[in-house]
Amino acid sequence: MSNGLWLVSLLLTSLIPAGIIFVLPERQVALRTTLNIFAAISKLAIIGMLLLEVENGATFRFSYTLGPSLEFALKADALALLFVTLSAILWLFTTIYAIGYLEQGHHRSRFFGFFSLCVTATVGIAMAANLATFFIFYELLTLATYPLVAHKGKASTLQGVKTYLTYTLCAGAVFLLGLMWLQTATGHSEFTQGGFLAANGEFTNWQLQLLFALLIGAVGVKMALVPLHGWLPKAMVAPAPVSALLHAVAVVKAGAFGIVRIVYEVFGIELSYSLGLLLPLALIASFTILWGSYRALFQDGLKKRLAFSTVSQASYIALGTALFGPIGTIGGLVHLVHQGVMKITLFFCAGNYANTLDVHNISQMNGIGRRMPITSLAFSIAALGMMGAPLTAGYISKEWLSEGAYAANMDWVSTVLWISSGLNAAYFLPILWRAWCKPEPSTWPQERIPRRGIKESYWLLLGPPAITAFLTVLLAIYADSSWSPLAWAKLIAEREYSNLPL
Amino acid sequence: MNSIAIIILAPMLWGAIALALPPRLKFPLVFAGLLLGCFSAIQLMLLVSTEGAFTYAVGSWSAPLGIDLKVDGLAVSMLLLTQIISLIAALYAQLYLKQQPRQLAYFWPLLGFLLCGLNALFLSADLFNLYVTLEVVGLAAVSLVALTGKRANINAALRYLIATLLGSGLYLLGTGLIYGLYGTVSIELLAELIENPDQPALLYLKITIGLIIVGLMFKAALWPLHYWLPPAHGGAMPAVSALLSALVVKAAFYIVLRLWLELFGSLAALATPLLFGLGAAAILLGSWRAIQADELKRVVAYSTVAQVGYLFLALPLLSTVAQPPALQAISMQMIAHGTAKAAMFMAAGILVLVSAGGKIAQLQGSASRQPLAMFAFALAGVSLIGLPPSGGFIAKWYLLTALIESGFWPLVAVVLAGGLMAAWYVFRVINIAFTDSPDEASDNTLITTNKPQQTMAWLAMLLALAAIALGFCGQPLADLIATGAAS
Amino acid sequence: MSHSHLIFASTGILLFAMGFAAAIVSQAPLRKIIALNVMGSGIFLSFIALGSRAGNIDPTSQAMVLTGIVVAVAASALGLALTLRLKTLAEDGDE
Repeated sequence: MSNGLWLVSLLLTSLIPAGIIFVLPERQVALRTTLNIFAAISKLAIIGMLLLEVENGATFRFSYTLGPSLEFALKADALALLFVTLSAILWLFTTIYAIGYLEQGHHRSRFFGFFSLCVTATVGIAMAANLATFFIFYELLTLATYPLVAHKGKASTLQGVKTYLTYTLCAGAVFLLGLMWLQTATGHSEFTQGGFLAANGEFTNWQLQLLFALLIGAVGVKMALVPLHGWLPKAMVAPAPVSALLHAVAVVKAGAFGIVRIVYEVFGIELSYSLGLLLPLALIASFTILWGSYRALFQDGLKKRLAFSTVSQASYIALGTALFGPIGTIGGLVHLVHQGVMKITLFFCAGNYANTLDVHNISQMNGIGRRMPITSLAFSIAALGMMGAPLTAGYISKEWLSEGAYAANMDWVSTVLWISSGLNAAYFLPILWRAWCKPEPSTWPQERIPRRGIKESYWLLLGPPAITAFLTVLLAIYADSSWSPLAWAKLIAEREYSNLPL
Repeated sequence: MNSIAIIILAPMLWGAIALALPPRLKFPLVFAGLLLGCFSAIQLMLLVSTEGAFTYAVGSWSAPLGIDLKVDGLAVSMLLLTQIISLIAALYAQLYLKQQPRQLAYFWPLLGFLLCGLNALFLSADLFNLYVTLEVVGLAAVSLVALTGKRANINAALRYLIATLLGSGLYLLGTGLIYGLYGTVSIELLAELIENPDQPALLYLKITIGLIIVGLMFKAALWPLHYWLPPAHGGAMPAVSALLSALVVKAAFYIVLRLWLELFGSLAALATPLLFGLGAAAILLGSWRAIQADELKRVVAYSTVAQVGYLFLALPLLSTVAQPPALQAISMQMIAHGTAKAAMFMAAGILVLVSAGGKIAQLQGSASRQPLAMFAFALAGVSLIGLPPSGGFIAKWYLLTALIESGFWPLVAVVLAGGLMAAWYVFRVINIAFTDSPDEASDNTLITTNKPQQTMAWLAMLLALAAIALGFCGQPLADLIATGAAS
Repeated sequence: MSHSHLIFASTGILLFAMGFAAAIVSQAPLRKIIALNVMGSGIFLSFIALGSRAGNIDPTSQAMVLTGIVVAVAASALGLALTLRLKTLAEDGDE
């Protein structure tokens, strides 16, 4: 098979099942499940192959002309594979979880159809070889996530959906503006290692700064940079698997990934530094980190607290990008993976609490550790990871980010990270204390004891968070192995900075 | 060439015969005729792609005495669009009108005449022939609007008739004035004669061109001469609305495009600010009215008003350095909008049928009850908004490219705003459809449509998917238009 | 006289303008249709007048005008039919 077609097949592994699932009748549960799992596994298989090849230096590229000077292009470089692997693995777990979660639900064909489309869009975003292709999949992600957010179909869902759409579509328009400006001036928007705008003489300095603001602003909406984060808490009206997907895998990470691509491969780190763009980015990211954590403190709704936590944590990635130097870059990139794993665990657990006991608020979570031990254990591990406790994945990323801050002479960033860890502890520890140390209430809001399996929940709903929590620890212990995301991040940084005289 | 004769004459023929046939035989004949038309269009397209554009003299009498027909990339793409949309609309109408035999009886002949006129229009190469075809199309369209026999529709049809006649009057006068000065109506010959007009002739020409453009603005429903469109398209049968919005309105614009490209582009540069202004007004005000409307088909009709604005907005760019992207934008917009709008009207037709009323508020729960129709509506909406991947996105891309290259940044803002407003009115409908209606018993009961409605939904879906697929056809279209396009 | 065509042409354009204005301004459908016919006649007059500039009779413009007249008749017929239907519906106290 020709080189580039592997990339197309990667897209097709979720696109074709999406098409089939849409037309399946509701009752064909077994067929639908099989399709979903099969698609996820085949996707992982192809990714495995790609990982091996790219590590050895192979390149993969696919391109198709959509029109004069408009090229649809995919590539599988190290950065793309980082995101793709994360997405695919987490997709597998989310699929399993969603199958369990929606077992009694309605419109499952519609749900899983769009679910698969979301993954297709995310994979496309990861593999986009130029900003135009990135934009195409970016908007496709908006469209594919819409029915998922609106899935519950209640009147209360409507408001959340409207907010979500307003933010993301306006962001899309701004993105298009920036993209077109870039494209018409330079004739292309190809992601190049080290950026291509430095070599280009078309723009004046202030124009470059404006362009940067436009693009980062647009991508920042999806990434929930303050003050563009307003949609994220509102989007919590979605079912738990969707929130998990949005926050850990798809939307927020896509935004973060966009920032990485734009800073490193459109502008280039050198140019961004010389234009003085990195400092504002670091400032906004830092502010978001602190503000998100601050808001999280006052939320009683569990999912809302997690939403604000995401706002805060996603900006770690932007912060890592804004730190000039390979160490900061590595920190940001590895956090992309680690935060994804930890956050998805938290959302899986939140979903379980809601599903089994109808517990949505933290104030209802007294003693829940005894009632639902596996879930709460997973939750605790992930929460500790968010705080940056040793032996968790979060510790690794925080360490690298801190060092990167020192290396870039931005010591204040390290302070921000410390404060953030403190705030994380402040809003996670009380939950853990409630769950494990307080007595259980006499009755839970509404118990739904599963028919089979254990009293806690179905295996389909317990497995994923347990595994991802386990991964959180695993990622920390084996961080130095050549197979860890950390090693991969080092590879990316090495390739990115190799162009620069350091 | 046989294909040309077939494509123009066959519809007239089967339309006339269909008048006389008994009900059961009408549709098979029409269907066969439409298929034939599709084949001829494809054949012509292949011919043009391989051998380039050519001229065909009707009856072997060439201009200036005879009628020349010009077959080039642009004409052929519009021809193909017309045949395909007519075919699908016909299938749709057949299912829709099963319960209304009387209307069905007259639908086929009128469809035939409409098609005959449209096909001839896209192939015409002289001003007067264009007038005749415009009239045939106009009269057929008016009659189609009036087909239901309801009072509101007859009123709308009458209004449409008056508007269209006013337009053709202006156009014909313009033609007469040009003929008076240059002694020919053939576009090719005129192009040579108008090369370098001297001063008095220049003024005369500008007035004439103004008459022609304003006349065509009436027929293409450019703001503010769009007043006849919402009642007409909003009230007619869905299949009729589809044909009108997708094709008839485009036909009038097509003429403006042709004349601009081949005849008076440089002269009409004077009208640039006016066209920009009216185009922008159409986009913004049309979208705004669509957002406000509470009947589903009105929303779709006002959307057409807005989308026509994009076409006219791009027109003056053809005389700037940004001509290639502008032409690409215009041609893709005509085709993508035609496909998407037809799909949208067909989907809307089903939604209106099953919700027993046209109001948007009644569409609650449609996402579960008519998922196919809703999905078709949504996909068509994606193209109209200009979101990737779709034909509408490609059109928007090139329009923005053209605007940025010629430096008209305020209009860039207008186009982007237009996209957001379109998103507003499209998602307004979809949001309500996703909200489960209060009396939704068990959510596991699904599609409550009957079999003909399912087929109709599939037809709408087909066109909607085509609109998305057009998003990948930007390059082939550009190549096709480039073969033998007028410089 | 060599300038007679100009007089005819001007008259034609004048008729056109009157018809056009009346078609827009009038309320009753019948008036509009008549106005449109006047407008049409004006156009046809200008057509012929301008065509015969050189003093010779121009067959092409006459052919075009004949076509135009036919179209005008058809259009008027349609308009009248619609108007009649409206009247019938109003009398029946429509649905």
